[in-house]
Amino acid sequence: MAADETTLLKSDVIVTRADAAEGWLREAIEKSPTTQQVVNWGRKYSLFGYPFVTACCGMEYMSAFSPRYDISRFGAEIPRFTPRQADLLWIVGTITHKQAPILRRVWEQMLEPKWAIAFGVCASTGGFYDNYSVAQGADQIIPIDIYIPGCPPRPEQVLDGLVMLQNKIQKEKGRMMV
Amino acid sequence: MAKVVLERLRRKFGDAIVETSSELGDDCAVVAREKLGEVAEFLRDDRELAFDMPIDCTALDWFQKREVRFDVVWHLYSMTKKHRLRLKVRVAEDDPTVPSLTPVWRGMNWHERETWDMYGIRFTGHPDLKRILLYEEFVGHPLRKDYPIDRRQPLIPLRKVKDVPTAKNPPKSRLNQP
Repeated sequence: MAADETTLLKSDVIVTRADAAEGWLREAIEKSPTTQQVVNWGRKYSLFGYPFVTACCGMEYMSAFSPRYDISRFGAEIPRFTPRQADLLWIVGTITHKQAPILRRVWEQMLEPKWAIAFGVCASTGGFYDNYSVAQGADQIIPIDIYIPGCPPRPEQVLDGLVMLQNKIQKEKGRMMV
Repeated sequence: MAKVVLERLRRKFGDAIVETSSELGDDCAVVAREKLGEVAEFLRDDRELAFDMPIDCTALDWFQKREVRFDVVWHLYSMTKKHRLRLKVRVAEDDPTVPSLTPVWRGMNWHERETWDMYGIRFTGHPDLKRILLYEEFVGHPLRKDYPIDRRQPLIPLRKVKDVPTAKNPPKSRLNQP
């Protein structure tokens, strides 16, 4: 899978180092499908999460990220508090219709490739808040990859959801460069 | 202790106090709408009563159960005398207007805004009567009993989500399958 220097130099135009890297990657994928798997492997163990915490599930989020349950074992322990540096959106808590435009905007500011987890039953389906103010699930606002039910979910469930997302990332195809 | 407050109110204002009750240690006085401002100032300034702390303002909707539809309720507390009082004013549906008590107790400001937001009670003399919890685009007042229970007013168009379990289309449980 290693692309040697000569093939790079032979290509028509090299504008920037980023172009060179992309060309190298595309070529590597064409030569060997395992490259995709290697990239996916790298992605799934270095998830940078953006915690969009709106409600009490935030406490369980903190618990899952604290040393007792230690989510860093799965390579997702670094929260980024700007969406531009994150590739995983944790939607932790109830999403109201007043909150929805903010959530949409945060999601649009994140760079590809990106994933979203609905943490808790409110973010998944609206929970028991079937009323005038609450969106019936964050998937009405943005696409969701993994739903973690529970009110609130236990940290084991959170870790299980994260592992499910990692398995999903590992199987992804054709999402190398955007 | 408890009877002192109501007794003093009745002696001072007579007919302006429409009704009083004292159940389970909770004193309640129903006041005529025109006299509310005077009563409130008396409650605050009188040395025996000294209600110096606004606790809450809310409303009750007796939709189709009573001739006069709304009760507007204020809760008061005296930190020096350690007693409480509940003030009520009855207002009809076609004119849901009461004098604001924000000029008397500044702490009533947000409580009265919430009551406007949820019940549509107009407080005359309030310095900044606008919605406090819901968004300005919201139409109607959701805690009124005639607000449709399933009406949603999203700010942004919602995504179509497949396979949303409803009462008519219940989710398939893995437990029930043979």
